[in-house]
Amino acid sequence: MSEIIIQIDGRDVAAREGMTILEAAQTAGITIPTLCHHEKLEPYGACRICTVEIENRGRTRLVAACLYPVEKDLVVRTRSEKVDRIRKVILELLLAHAPEATELQVLAKEYGADKDRFEKESSFCILCGLCVRYCAEVKKKHAVGFVDRGTGREISFIPEIASRECWNCKECFPLCPTEALQAAYVLTEALISSSPSFKLEAEE
Amino acid sequence: MDNDSIDQIIDKQRGKPGSLIQVLMEIQDKNQWLPREALEKVSEKLEVPLSRVLRIATFYKTFKLIPEGRHKIHICTGTACHVRGAQRVLDTVQDLTGIKPGETDPDLKFSLETVNCLGCCTLGPVLEIDGKTFGKAAPAEIADELKKYE
Amino acid sequence: MARISSVAELEELRKDILSKREPGKPWIAFCGGIGCLCLGNDRVISAFAEEIRKQSLEAKVGLRMTGCHGFCEKGPSVVIYPEEVCYLEVTPEDVPEIIAQTVVGKKVIDRLVYTDPKTGEKAAHLFEIPFYRNQTRFLIGNNPRINPRSIDDYLAAGGYSALAKALFEMSPEQVLAEIKKANLRGRGGGGFPAGLKWETARNAPGEEKYVIVNAHEGEPGAFMDRALFTGNPHCVLEGLIIGAYAIGAHQGFIYTRHDNPQLRENIDIALAQAKEYGLLGENILGSGFNFNVEVHLDIGIFVSGESSALMRSIEGKAPEPRPKYIRTSVSGIWEKPSNLNNVETWANVPMIINKGSAWYAGIGTERSKGTKLISLSGKVCNTGVVEVPLGTPLKEIVYGIGGGIPNGKKLKAVHFGGPMGGSLPESLIDTPLDFDALAKLGAPMGAGAMLVIDEDTCMVDLARHFLEFLAGESCGKCVPCREGIRQMLKILTRITKGKGKEGDLELLEELAGVTREAALCALGRSAPNPFLSTLKYFRDEYEAHIKEKRCPALSCKELSASGGAKKNE
Repeated sequence: MSEIIIQIDGRDVAAREGMTILEAAQTAGITIPTLCHHEKLEPYGACRICTVEIENRGRTRLVAACLYPVEKDLVVRTRSEKVDRIRKVILELLLAHAPEATELQVLAKEYGADKDRFEKESSFCILCGLCVRYCAEVKKKHAVGFVDRGTGREISFIPEIASRECWNCKECFPLCPTEALQAAYVLTEALISSSPSFKLEAEE
Repeated sequence: MDNDSIDQIIDKQRGKPGSLIQVLMEIQDKNQWLPREALEKVSEKLEVPLSRVLRIATFYKTFKLIPEGRHKIHICTGTACHVRGAQRVLDTVQDLTGIKPGETDPDLKFSLETVNCLGCCTLGPVLEIDGKTFGKAAPAEIADELKKYE
Repeated sequence: MARISSVAELEELRKDILSKREPGKPWIAFCGGIGCLCLGNDRVISAFAEEIRKQSLEAKVGLRMTGCHGFCEKGPSVVIYPEEVCYLEVTPEDVPEIIAQTVVGKKVIDRLVYTDPKTGEKAAHLFEIPFYRNQTRFLIGNNPRINPRSIDDYLAAGGYSALAKALFEMSPEQVLAEIKKANLRGRGGGGFPAGLKWETARNAPGEEKYVIVNAHEGEPGAFMDRALFTGNPHCVLEGLIIGAYAIGAHQGFIYTRHDNPQLRENIDIALAQAKEYGLLGENILGSGFNFNVEVHLDIGIFVSGESSALMRSIEGKAPEPRPKYIRTSVSGIWEKPSNLNNVETWANVPMIINKGSAWYAGIGTERSKGTKLISLSGKVCNTGVVEVPLGTPLKEIVYGIGGGIPNGKKLKAVHFGGPMGGSLPESLIDTPLDFDALAKLGAPMGAGAMLVIDEDTCMVDLARHFLEFLAGESCGKCVPCREGIRQMLKILTRITKGKGKEGDLELLEELAGVTREAALCALGRSAPNPFLSTLKYFRDEYEAHIKEKRCPALSCKELSASGGAKKNE
């Protein structure tokens, strides 16, 4: 793989072909915030908090750093007025769901996001999909998945699979930036233990 | 729905790309809705994780995970119908049937659903009962029509 | 049917089909479009068949079920050839008279012909009715003359001659050059030059390439692609085969919705007939070029029509868009170069090849060439499928073709492009129908749904309506789209209920800006368009709702009842 030199925040950074902007930045020790990214998982591009400004062939664009592949002569700005405003609003939208989430609070401080700007939502989940994707891609168990679409989208454990797999795993718990995942699991557990058709692994 | 008919549908589609959606569509066509056991069977036989089957089954409005009424009322709330008074049509039907969009009455007589555009915008506002389209729907006519269904 | 294996055989077959058609023989074309069928054309058709049988006219009169004629407002529509007498709002009771007077007696029945409501002038022939007369019907004009289930009808109208020309007289490079010179722009919404897209797919590395017809038509208020594809499927198919030849693809996909049985059947029949004649499959017309087509049905939600989501769906995955940092023309279905164009774009191709790019580029404006199909709906007298040269002033569509606003109401706005489009106020009605001119004004043409709005529609509620639609029809994957739409919808709903606050508009603008810049796909990035365009041109309506708790259109229920609204009455 050939080496490509790109510029991030005024610094020349050496990257390999096929790398994303985020990976190139990380190797150079430059921080770009992420919420749905995980090194063991396929890039997802859903939270958009890693949005950066790029300049290439005379055009300026906003792209997701976790997905955009590096290319020759690329100029990246990880902070700008536009980028900061986007991150601030994204955080405010997510804080309506999970005002207490530490990860969000730290970023909120950095970007001046107001956790009370929008009316609070009933679900804590910010749908980063870390649990869903970790369970599918790393554990290959598919015990938790997405349901519904649009603003109705949710995560949901599959009781049939959860009753077999989750008790002894729970590797997704620490990935969750909010309390939503554990809440969803507790609910599923209640469903499993109240239903004669499921048997928790731990009880056996 | 019996296991054999599900098996037949799955065997016909197996191996084709996109077979999951096609299988679910055919089961729904035959059975009117998708029972949990059918989804489990599809997952097992197509070797698709149940979470993915559920994701697809809940992604599309067309798929029903609960039993449907004998008669299906679709009210178009697409833009052209919206500006021509779809809300009045919806209000009328809700009053007459006592159910809201997405609901089925306890007698399983009617299921009510709003849809986005039936492609006959020139006839708006439009409603569809059991696949039959009624254009320029006026509240009084709707009341007469609904009386015909058992 | 015999397989055709050369151009000479194709022309022989065409001659043979034409020679069997008696030029003076009357035949009756029934509109089988969705509008006319809803209005009871099925009963009219049965009445004709019955009457013809009764009078033993089977050998003397031909009956033809066709696709949509276009003038949906006045359906059921029946056209009698060869004179092309057009009867509107026909009932089964009219049938015996039509047969006796017009089909046999060659006389026009006055009460069944179009009467101009303003001048009282009658128009007996299809081409005299202002709705049709003021159009340029290159694409949809064949609909009344063709039975979509008969490839012979399409051949009789000159069909597949462009394919023969492309395969035998032109190299793939020449076909591509012709499309580029014609400056054919994608009709699905983006207006991206089709030739450049084809070229990218053609030059992309890899042997296996795909071409796709996007017949999803999920834009509410759009029904023209269905009318064209259902009514004249071979014309789309011919364009697709020519495109595949230019790009170097041997596999095509037609992506359409499963909720339209008539379209589905017509496509299946067209594919089977083309295959039987050797116009599809191996060694097409003996040229050595192979091409096959698969139909992919989906139940689709709005986002399924987005090109990358559509390709995921063909692969059998959940239709979630993916970011187009690598274009689908380079890496699409199963990561192979995949060229996607919409129904209308493909339908333009045979015409360009037959008549040449110079002819085509002579129609339209400097940067928008050819004609455009429009689905005309809403508060306008003549709704239906309309085709006009690009560059036609909107005023001509609303008044010249659409016949103006019914019930003595005033025109307030026209809205283009559904939930991803925008509204233009009455003061901009002289704007030409042009990709760039409309986009610049904040009302991109989209696929061609044109909704006419009168003074009774509240623009704030219209913006709310579109967001409500998108809340249920986006995939919900990325934050700016899902959460941005959720919050914008909440605020707009509050405003239409009289609970708007100072600062709401600024907040909406900020949300709209972020959604537009940071969302993952085109659906999310365009979601704020209806709000932004209505705010731009109808800010006073927003302010009336927020500051005076008044709905100037008297349409918001909670507000019409309030003191503010009453004062206005």
